Amino acid sequence: MFFLQDVKYKDVLDISYLELSEQEVVCIVGPSGGGKTTLLKLLNNLISVDQGRVLYHDKDVEEWDPIELRRKVVMVSQQPITFTASIGEELKVGFDLTDQEVPKQEKIVELLKRMQIDKDLSTDIDQLSGGEKQRLALARSLLLNPEVLLLDEPSSALDRVTEQKVIEQLVNYAAENGITLIMVTHSLIISQKYCTKIIKIKDGEIAG
Amino acid sequence: MNEIMDLQLYQLLAAYIFILILLAIVRLRNLDHEREIIIATIRMTIQLVLVGYLLNYVFDQNNYLFTLLIIIIMESFAIYNIYQRVTGKINTNLKLVIAVAMLSGTLISIFFFLVVVINLKPWYYSRYFIPISGMLIGNSMTGISLGVQRLISGIKEQQDQIRAALMLGVTPERATEKIVNQAFSSAILPTINSMMGMGIVFLPGMMTGQILSGVSPLVAIRYQIAIMMGITGSVSLTIIIFIHLGYKTFFNDRAQLDIEN
Repeated sequence: MFFLQDVKYKDVLDISYLELSEQEVVCIVGPSGGGKTTLLKLLNNLISVDQGRVLYHDKDVEEWDPIELRRKVVMVSQQPITFTASIGEELKVGFDLTDQEVPKQEKIVELLKRMQIDKDLSTDIDQLSGGEKQRLALARSLLLNPEVLLLDEPSSALDRVTEQKVIEQLVNYAAENGITLIMVTHSLIISQKYCTKIIKIKDGEIAG
Repeated sequence: MNEIMDLQLYQLLAAYIFILILLAIVRLRNLDHEREIIIATIRMTIQLVLVGYLLNYVFDQNNYLFTLLIIIIMESFAIYNIYQRVTGKINTNLKLVIAVAMLSGTLISIFFFLVVVINLKPWYYSRYFIPISGMLIGNSMTGISLGVQRLISGIKEQQDQIRAALMLGVTPERATEKIVNQAFSSAILPTINSMMGMGIVFLPGMMTGQILSGVSPLVAIRYQIAIMMGITGSVSLTIIIFIHLGYKTFFNDRAQLDIEN
């Protein structure tokens, strides 16, 4: 599905070959500052390679309409960013901003539960903790039902127990809905327990 | 008495006493602005004397080439002034957008106002054309400066939010919608506020000038109302053109946020 060849981005990333398949749960691991986030951004075309090619479904990402590509390959940053005032609005904002039809209320509520947010839809976002905001951002992106979801440390603000629950739900939901997951993580438990493929990136290169 | 009272030179010199008082206060209080006050006073005096003679000459000639030349000079100064006023770097494309917006917004408004509203004959009648253009260009310059400042700082401060939206497949237009709307408001609000206070809080300069030169207040307000409409139109048109093109200069053709350019 994704195919990278001789990719170079500044002094940050240097990948000679990488292939990622559909329906996988790919974990990208490695030390901080190694280029993991940069890799996600390249897949989402939020930045462009200096050299080499990144193909998505056999077509160079540079030839995709960037908006269309990003609607299929959605990325969520590590710092959860919210756009609205309440949980309910926040879960709908992705649809509003991309001019898509908002899903049914039941689906929204279900996803909120699966992401372990035990709050009313009218709850103020300002009242949420960092971890809750992170899960809200996950729910928001899952609802958009992309082909691929790129997650940058989706559980960095969660405690161990919540992390396990959330990632398990995330992986299950992705499998049920045919979403490919590609996530950067520091958690050994996650990468060992849930990932079907692990890519280690160190100093901008694939280390195994 | 319907004629303006001529101001004699010695009377004019007497008015400089206000500056002397200001200078005395500044010196007594050890404030830092002495130099600036002196320079500003001298500059103002020289600039106005020159403009007085220049306009006198241009009005006498009443030649459309002179009128157009002066409009070009005013526009150039206004655009340059915007570049200077805005703090922070303005990228080359944004500079271009500012120039395009100023030129098209003000020129369309000026010609509409003079030809359709005032029905100026001949169209280049410099005694009307130049001061009215000056008011429209000056106000648009102030408005667009505020809009540019707001757009640049808004995009810079909210770049994480814009990127987060782009990651979801949101278009640059939608991702910057709020910032663009705020830029529009901050550009247009001073004009709206000045309309609110007009006539009660202060008498506008043009109207004051007309009244001093013996025009009936009833005629003066008609002109003032018309010019306020013209100013509002010119400021709005300029800022609309600016924001429609301006936000795009922060993105490349891959819809990536590119604020280092």
